[in-house]
Amino acid sequence: MNKVITSAADGIALIPDGATIMCGGFGLCGLPENLIRALHARGTRNLTVISNNPGVDDFGVGMLVRAKQVSHFIGSYVGENKEFERQAIAGEIKYTLVPQGTFAERIRAGGAGIGGFFTPTGYGTIVAEGKETRVIDGRNYVLEAPLRADFAFVKAFKGDTKGNLIYRKTARNFNPVMATAATVTIAEVEEIVEPGQLDPDAIVTPGVYVTHLLKGAYFEKRIERRTVRQLQAV
Amino acid sequence: MEKRERIVRRIARELHDGDYVNLGIGMPTLVANYVPPGIDITLHSENGMLGVGPYPLESEIDPDLVNAGKEIVTELPGTSYFSSADSFAMVRGGHIDMTVLGALEVDEEGNLANWMVPGKMMKGMGGAMDLVAGAKRVIVAMEHTTKEGGHKILKKCALPLTGTKVVHMIVTELAVIEVTPKGLVLREIAADATLDAVKKSTGATLVVEGEPGRF
Repeated sequence: MNKVITSAADGIALIPDGATIMCGGFGLCGLPENLIRALHARGTRNLTVISNNPGVDDFGVGMLVRAKQVSHFIGSYVGENKEFERQAIAGEIKYTLVPQGTFAERIRAGGAGIGGFFTPTGYGTIVAEGKETRVIDGRNYVLEAPLRADFAFVKAFKGDTKGNLIYRKTARNFNPVMATAATVTIAEVEEIVEPGQLDPDAIVTPGVYVTHLLKGAYFEKRIERRTVRQLQAV
Repeated sequence: MEKRERIVRRIARELHDGDYVNLGIGMPTLVANYVPPGIDITLHSENGMLGVGPYPLESEIDPDLVNAGKEIVTELPGTSYFSSADSFAMVRGGHIDMTVLGALEVDEEGNLANWMVPGKMMKGMGGAMDLVAGAKRVIVAMEHTTKEGGHKILKKCALPLTGTKVVHMIVTELAVIEVTPKGLVLREIAADATLDAVKKSTGATLVVEGEPGRF
């Protein structure tokens, strides 16, 4: 059983037009950028993309949006991308907004075999329209459904050849939960190591969730807001 | 003092030692600059971090380390990282003591509207709906009226809601208002404002008990 693949192009080669793809990352942080670039190059179309944000115009999921490869986007926030906004206003892309915590939990439920859950988030708002509600211990809750995908693209820091993954800082975000919720999960990492080289106690995503593992050829890791402070004289 | 500074300085006085606090994007973020001496708080960022530090020096920049506003930040001794699912579990589960966020409208029941304006493109609620549903205390930081002088504190919100009966306190450059079962109680008035001016700027009934404090 060899999970390691040698190119991003191999990883995405079997993705058909019309597939549903989860894509990890928060803003531009922790993005599976090599897999996105490969899917962009291949030109796979009519995709449903499930990702917290659609990136910016020329990076991240925004590359797929700009090339008109995405027909439906599901996420929690779609600002920061002018081309997405243009397509949305023109009716060229469908999009569904989900509160960020509900979004994460729906994916968790999808990966954990949970058929839905009651959350207080969005009760009494348009998010709850048409959904079952229930009072539990005196509090109002809304029923939310699980979310799954055909493929998940996740970015981790390191992986071993069995597919065990560790993450780095806030580049973790949606990646571990998305790794659990797709039929095929492709993980791209900065370094592949042999089994035994990662501390078993530190593994966040156990290899059972990972179908293919790829060492990313190049990570740009673009910074969205370059906020720095100056060293102050003491 | 500039309006925003007055607002965030006042909100900083609501912090308790040991609090876990989520600060929204924009003006609420500035609360972190005015934490009173002797008060130790831990900042939560919903993208998966507890213990958010200051912006980095040029030499410390790390693209794997951002806050919920996608700004690069630093970690502190005792920082922890976790997934987005864990992050919102701690929000909804009532483990975050306080959240501070902006508003377009707030009303007498503590309903909050801050995420969409009909006729404009919907950009999304991000984590706001989860934060107001789950944080133990929700404080609104906003200017008292719109730029045109229109009311933002209303009898009933007109815009689509972010949450129902979720706001505990409203802090503006003119007043500190607490949302109670009796309605909106005017707790404090800005040092240079009058009760009459606050009432005129407010589109809701303000309950005044005794002499409001000054800030």
